[in-house]
Amino acid sequence: MYFVLFFIFAGLCVAGALNLLLQRHPINSALSLIVVMTSLAVLYLLLGAEFLAAAQVIVYSGAIMVLFTFVIMLLNAGEEERTLGTSQMAYFVGVPGVAALLGLLTYVFLSETTALGGSRLGDAIVTTSDLSRVLFRDLLLPFEVTSVLILIAILGAVALARKEPAANTPAPSTKALAPGAAAVRGVAVLAQKESER
Amino acid sequence: MTVPTSWYLVLSAILFSIGVGAFLFKRNIISIFMSIELMLNAVNLTFVAFSHQWHQVSGQLFVFFVMVVAAAESAVGLAIIIAVFRARNTLNVDQVDLMKL
Repeated sequence: MYFVLFFIFAGLCVAGALNLLLQRHPINSALSLIVVMTSLAVLYLLLGAEFLAAAQVIVYSGAIMVLFTFVIMLLNAGEEERTLGTSQMAYFVGVPGVAALLGLLTYVFLSETTALGGSRLGDAIVTTSDLSRVLFRDLLLPFEVTSVLILIAILGAVALARKEPAANTPAPSTKALAPGAAAVRGVAVLAQKESER
Repeated sequence: MTVPTSWYLVLSAILFSIGVGAFLFKRNIISIFMSIELMLNAVNLTFVAFSHQWHQVSGQLFVFFVMVVAAAESAVGLAIIIAVFRARNTLNVDQVDLMKL
């Protein structure tokens, strides 16, 4: 049973990740990433991490991916064009590098299979009270620091995503122009100032 | 029926490699950001597998902190993507090659 569950959800994970890689439209990639994250939650449960399984569903597939889908829909992102990019290095060094990394890791892990042992149904699970005992006693300071981090992140997100107030913009007509035209106009204004001096 | 811990580790290596591949091949800035999340998830699976292996709670707590930081990171990152889209009107990374907005 454990074996079957592992293979079903490991297969779902890999299939979802490959779908993320192959799909052209970002919304399809986002939905397949949700599949990956939810299957990973089941794998966490198989490894006896019940709190993390719940947190994975709530935080990752619930909050983060909803944020991603919101942004994709807000920006009306269309299908991406498969350009080759400016750096050919990424393909000639990156792809063999990734393949070598995967091969090396797989070799190391599989050669240590007997030393590492395994997991089966009925292993001791880590309960939420076990986790919280360590979290709130030994790791209290990092926990409090993360709450400050979240606060700063909220402020930063609001500050970055906010529209510029219209009163502060000195030349509203520049805003309406295309970026290239605005740059040309800026250069023209600079040149005019130079000639006046 | 036991599943060896190394299989979980191999699965996480596969997911991480797919994440790196997606990072290299994708041209949409949101898809690239999603492949970073995939890599974070792959590493989280390694933490949980080792935490189960050695009966240590701290591995799972590390995953908890990674989740918190990932949530903060995605909020700020998506806000930056919105700001970039407003300034450039594109999501293609080939056209967003200046540090300036």
